[in-house]
Amino acid sequence: MTITASSVAATRSQPGRTALRDRTWLRFALRRLGRLLASLWVLVTASFAMIHLIPGDPVRGALGPTAPADLVAARREALGLNDPLLSQYADYLRGLVTGDLGTSLSSQLPVSDVIAQRLPATLSLAVLAFLAAVTVAIPLGVTMGVLTRRGHGRRTELAFTTSSVVVATVPDFLIGIGLVYVFGVNLGWLPVAGNETPSAYLLPVLSLAVGPAAILSRIVRVEMVSVLEADFVRTARAKRLPPRRVYLGHALPNAVTAALTMCGLLLSAMVAGTVLVENVFAWPGLGTTIVSSILTKDYPVVQAIVLVYGIGVLVTNTVVDVALALLDPRSMIRED
Amino acid sequence: MSALRFTDVTVRYGRFTAVDGVSLTVPQGQVVGLVGESGSGKSTLARAAVGLAPIGGGTITLGGAPVPTRGRVRPLQMVFQDPYSSLDPRMSIGESIAEAMPPGSSRAERRAEVERLLELVHLDPGRARALPSRLSGGQRQRVALARALAGRPQVVIADEITSALDVSIQGAVLNLVRELQRELGLSMLFISHNLAVVRYVASHVAVMRDGRIVEQGPTAQVLSEPGHDYTRELLAAVPGRNTAP
Amino acid sequence: MHDGDRRWRRIVGTPLGLTATVLVVAVLAMAVLGPVLWGDTATAVDTDDILAPPSAEHWAGTDNLGRDILARVLVATRLSMLLALAAVAIGVSVGIVLGSAPFLLGRRSGRLVSAAVNIAVAFPGLLLALFFAVVFGVGATGAVLAIGLSGAPVFARLTQTLVAGVAARDYVSAARVAGVGRVRVLFRHVLPNIAEPLVVNATIGAGGALLSFAGLSFLGLGVQSPAYDWGRLLYDGAAAIYVNPASALAPGAAVLLAGLAFNLLGESVAKGFGVPVIGDVRRRVRPGRAGADPGPAATDDHADGTAAEDVVLDVRDLRVTFPGPAGPVRPVRGVTFDVRRGEAVGIVGESGSGKSLTALAVSRLVDDDGTVEASRLAFLGEDLRADGGAAQRRMLGTTLAMVFQDPMTSFNPTQRIGRQLAEVATTHLGMGRREAMDRAAERLDSVRIADAGERVRRYPHELSGGMRQRAMIGMGLMGTPALIVADEPTTALDVTVQQQVLDLLAAIRAADGVALMLISHDVTVVGEVCDRVLVMYAGRIVEEIPAGDLATAAQHPYTRALVAAVPDMATDVDAPLATITGRPVEPADVPTGCAYAARCPLADARCRAEDPPLEAGPRGRVACWHAGEPLPAPDSSRPAEDLVETR
Repeated sequence: MTITASSVAATRSQPGRTALRDRTWLRFALRRLGRLLASLWVLVTASFAMIHLIPGDPVRGALGPTAPADLVAARREALGLNDPLLSQYADYLRGLVTGDLGTSLSSQLPVSDVIAQRLPATLSLAVLAFLAAVTVAIPLGVTMGVLTRRGHGRRTELAFTTSSVVVATVPDFLIGIGLVYVFGVNLGWLPVAGNETPSAYLLPVLSLAVGPAAILSRIVRVEMVSVLEADFVRTARAKRLPPRRVYLGHALPNAVTAALTMCGLLLSAMVAGTVLVENVFAWPGLGTTIVSSILTKDYPVVQAIVLVYGIGVLVTNTVVDVALALLDPRSMIRED
Repeated sequence: MSALRFTDVTVRYGRFTAVDGVSLTVPQGQVVGLVGESGSGKSTLARAAVGLAPIGGGTITLGGAPVPTRGRVRPLQMVFQDPYSSLDPRMSIGESIAEAMPPGSSRAERRAEVERLLELVHLDPGRARALPSRLSGGQRQRVALARALAGRPQVVIADEITSALDVSIQGAVLNLVRELQRELGLSMLFISHNLAVVRYVASHVAVMRDGRIVEQGPTAQVLSEPGHDYTRELLAAVPGRNTAP
Repeated sequence: MHDGDRRWRRIVGTPLGLTATVLVVAVLAMAVLGPVLWGDTATAVDTDDILAPPSAEHWAGTDNLGRDILARVLVATRLSMLLALAAVAIGVSVGIVLGSAPFLLGRRSGRLVSAAVNIAVAFPGLLLALFFAVVFGVGATGAVLAIGLSGAPVFARLTQTLVAGVAARDYVSAARVAGVGRVRVLFRHVLPNIAEPLVVNATIGAGGALLSFAGLSFLGLGVQSPAYDWGRLLYDGAAAIYVNPASALAPGAAVLLAGLAFNLLGESVAKGFGVPVIGDVRRRVRPGRAGADPGPAATDDHADGTAAEDVVLDVRDLRVTFPGPAGPVRPVRGVTFDVRRGEAVGIVGESGSGKSLTALAVSRLVDDDGTVEASRLAFLGEDLRADGGAAQRRMLGTTLAMVFQDPMTSFNPTQRIGRQLAEVATTHLGMGRREAMDRAAERLDSVRIADAGERVRRYPHELSGGMRQRAMIGMGLMGTPALIVADEPTTALDVTVQQQVLDLLAAIRAADGVALMLISHDVTVVGEVCDRVLVMYAGRIVEEIPAGDLATAAQHPYTRALVAAVPDMATDVDAPLATITGRPVEPADVPTGCAYAARCPLADARCRAEDPPLEAGPRGRVACWHAGEPLPAPDSSRPAEDLVETR
C-alpha cells in the first residue's frame, strides 16, 4: 500500500486496446452479419416461392377466366414463367440486385416505381408512430416501476396493469375506426383520409402507436420492478447514492436493455400494423397497395411489397441487436 | 472385478478442454474422493461417465466393458448437487424412485422395492406418495440416493451432494453414505470441494485442477504428506484453526 | 391435486379473474346459442329498410340488405370463435412440435430447427399471415391456415425456451442417466412442467387470433360473403360508417369484448399460477402493533463497562418484522450486541436464524416492506433508526462498507468497474471524475488486483468471482470505513480464493484499525477470522463467546452441536458424524419457549414453556436454562430426521 495513486493512474489504459474485447466485437459482428444474410436469403427465396406455391395459373388468375388463351400465353412468356424454375430464380435474384422488381400485372408499370411512390408514406407513418410510442411509454413505465416497487403501490399496480391490458387488447384498426367515427363522422375536426396535410397524420399515428405504447410501458414497468430487486441495486443503495441516482443511473439502463428487445419486436409489429391502419384511413402507402394487389392477384407487386416489409423488419432487428450490444456488452457473448 | 476405470479421458467443449487426460480407478466396494475447486473439471468427468458429456478421448470402463450410455440397463448412477432441482416437482417421490428401476417387474414388486429403498435411506416408507415440495433438502437428497440405488448400480457417483445443505443436516447424509457403503459394499466416486468431508468418507482421494489429476493415493497419506504444491495450498486454505481441538 | 384446485379457486376469486371468466363463458355461450336464437333474424332481408340507423326494432340498425345488424353480430360469434380457436390450435401444435424438436434431435439438427424458428420469429404475424393468405388464397380456410401458421414461430420460440429451462434441471438429467428415452422424458417430465405457461400463452393467443382474424377479414382477405364473421361485418360496416356508424361499432365492440375476455383470463391465470394475485393488497405492518411475543426486556447491558467512544456499532433489542400471508413474521426478535473499534465480530447461524437480516438492518438496507425497530441502533454515534437524509447518506457512504454474498450479481453489469468505484468518491467525497478514477485504480491495486490501472476499464463480467469480491472490498475502501459488514462474503468462492479474501480482510483490519462484522453459516470460517462470535438461532442470539473458546468452552447446546457437526481434518473417521435432529426453525413458525428445544437433548418442560434470556456469563453471554451442562452421548439408532409436514 505504498504505491501512490498517481503511479497507478499512469498505467490506466486507453480505450479499446485489449485484444480480448476486439475479438468479442468481431465475433459478434460476424455472427450477426451471418444471421442477417441467412434471413435475407430465406426472405428472398420465400417471396420468390410465393408465386409458385399458389395453386393454378397466376397469370390466368390475374387476367380473369374470360381473357383469351393466347393473351394469357403471351403474358406467361413475357414474364418468363415457362422457363425452368432455377433460371427463373436466377433472373429474380439478378433483377433484385439491379433494382428491377418486375412489372405490375394490372397497370403494366414497373413495380419499382410503385414501391418508390408508396414507400415514403408508409415509412413516415411507421417511424412517427414508433417515436410517439417510445416517448410516452418509457418514462411512463419507469415512473410506474418506481411507484410500484416492492412494498409500494399495490393498488396503483392493479389499476395500471388492468388499464394497459385493456388498451393493448384493442387492435389498431378498431382504434382507427373509433377515431374516424368520433373525429370524422361526429366532430369533423381532423381529416380521416389521405395524407395531404400534417394534421392528417394525427389520427393514423395515434391508432398505430397506442397499443404498442401500452404494451411497452407495461414491459418497462415489470423490468424496472424486477431490476430494482437486483443485487447490484442493493449495492448502489449500500453506497448511499441519492435515490434518483439509483433509479436513473443504475436501474434504468438495465431495465432499458430488456425493453430494447421489445422495442424491436414492437417496431416490426408496427410495420405490419401500417397495413391495417392505412386501409382504415385510405393512406397512400404500401399497406393499401398490397391489399388491393392481393385482391386483384397482381402478384409481382405483392411479392415486392412483402420483400420490402421483410427487409424493413430485418434491418430493425439488426439495429436493435447492435444497440443492445453497445448498452450491455454481455449480450454479445453467446451462451451455448 | 467391476471397478470403474477412467483411462486417459479427455472432454472438450469447442476449443476449451475441460478434462485433460485423466486416469482414475474406483475399486469395487471402495469410496474414492475427487477433490477440486470450480473449473477443475471434476463434475464434467462425472457427467462424461454417465453419458451427459461427450468423451473426446480415452475410455471409461466398468469391469472391463465400456460403460453403457444408452438403453435401460445402467450400472452407473449419479446423485446431483441441488436437492431442489433433482426431483420432478410433479411426481411423487415413489414414482421418481420407481422410474429408475430396471424394467420387467410387476407393480406390486415395484411398490415393495420402493418401500425397501425408502427404509434403507431412513425415510418413512408410508410416505411414498408425497410430493418433493413436502420434503426438506436433506430428505430430498436421501430420495435422490434411493433413486440412484433403484437402478441396482455397480457404482454411484455423488456430485457435491452435501454442498447445498445446512451444516446440521449435512452430517446425516454423510453418515448415510458411510452406512450404505458398509452394508451394501457400494462403490462410489465422491466428488466434493470440501477436503474435510472427503477425508471423512473416502479411503482414496484424487486431487484435480484445470482438468488434470495432480495427485492421488490413500486419503490418510495424501492429506498428511501431500506431494503436490496445489494439494498443500488446498490443505492450508481449509479454515478451522479455532474449532479444531 | 390440492395445490391445483386451490390455485384455480384463487384465480376465479379475484375481481379480475372473475370478470374474465364470466366474459369468456358468456362469449362461448353466445357462440353456441347465437345462431340457434337469432339465426333467422340475421338472414331476414328487408329491402325497404336498408342502412337504417338504430331504432327500437333494430337496436344497431340495418345493413345494405335491410338485415338486423345486432342479430348478425350475435350470430357471427360462432364462426369468429371457431376460426380463432382453429387457428390457435394450429399455431400451438405446430409451435410445440417445432419447439420440442431441438430437445429430441441431436445438437446439429436441433440447432438448424432453432435457427429456422429464430428467422421466422423476426417477421411479424400479420406479414406471415399475408404471405400465407396469398399462397392459400383468400377465404376462411386460407385465413385459418395463415393465422395459425403465422403464430407458430412465436409459440415455437416460447416452447423452446421453456423446454431448455426444464431440460437443464437435474431431474431430467437423472431420468436420462437412468436410461429413460428422450421421447418419454419429454412427455413425462418436460411437457407437464411447462404446461402452465403454455396454457396461459395459448389463452392469450386465442385472444390474439381472434383479433388477427378480425383484421384479416376487415381487409377483405378473410371470410368472404355470404359467410360472415365479425371481421367481415366490420368490412361492410366501415364502408357504411358515415350512414350508420353502429354498423361498424357493433361488430367492433363484439371483437373488443371477446378479445378482452381471453386476454384478461390469460392474465389472471398467469397471476394465479405465479406471483400473488393482484387485487390482494397486503397491509403494511405499523410499528409497535405486530402481535407475537414481546420477548424478554432489553435490559442486558454490555458485558463490561466499555467507554462509549470505543463502540463503533451499538445495537439494542433490534427487531425486524415483515408482513406475511398469515400475519406478521418476525425473523429478528430482539438482538443486542456491539462492535468495538478494530474488532472482528462474527455472526453464525443456519437458514432462518436471521443473521443476514440483522446485518441488513444495522446498515439500513432492509427492503421497504420490512419494519426495523430497536431501542438503540447507533453507528459512530449516529442514530440509524430514522432516515437522516443526505447528511446521513454521506456519513454512511464513507464510513460503512458492505460486502455481499454473490459477487456475480453485486455489480452493475452495464457499467465499468472503475466507474462504479469512482461513484462513491464523486458523490460523497466531492472529487472530480479523473481524481475519483485514479483513486479507484489505486484502491483496486490495494486489494491485490493485478493490472489495476487496466482492470479499471473492465466490465464486471470480465473479472473472476474472487476478483469481484476484492473489488467490492475496494469499493468499500474508497472512503475511510470504520466498519466493514460482510454478509457471507466467501460462501460462493473456492476455498483457496476464500483464503485470499479473508487474508485481505485481515490485512485491512491490521493496517487501518477497521472493525469487521462477518456473517456466515460456516462456523469454522467465523472461528478463524473473528475475535468474538455471536451464535444466532431463530432470530435471537443464543450465545456470545470469544472465538478461541468455540471448540472448548461453548455453553449453549446449539453452539456445541454446530461445532461438532462440521467435519474437519481431525474428525474421527471411525465414528458417525454428530448431527442435529430436526430442522432449523422457519421464521413464520417460531414456537413458544426456547426455539431450540425441539432439537435439544437437554430440553425439559421449562425450556418449552419459557424462553431463556441472554445473560452474561464468565466469558460471554448465553441464553439457556442448561448452559454448560454435559450433553448425553449421541443416539445413533434414531433416524436422523423425521418426515415432517412442511405445512
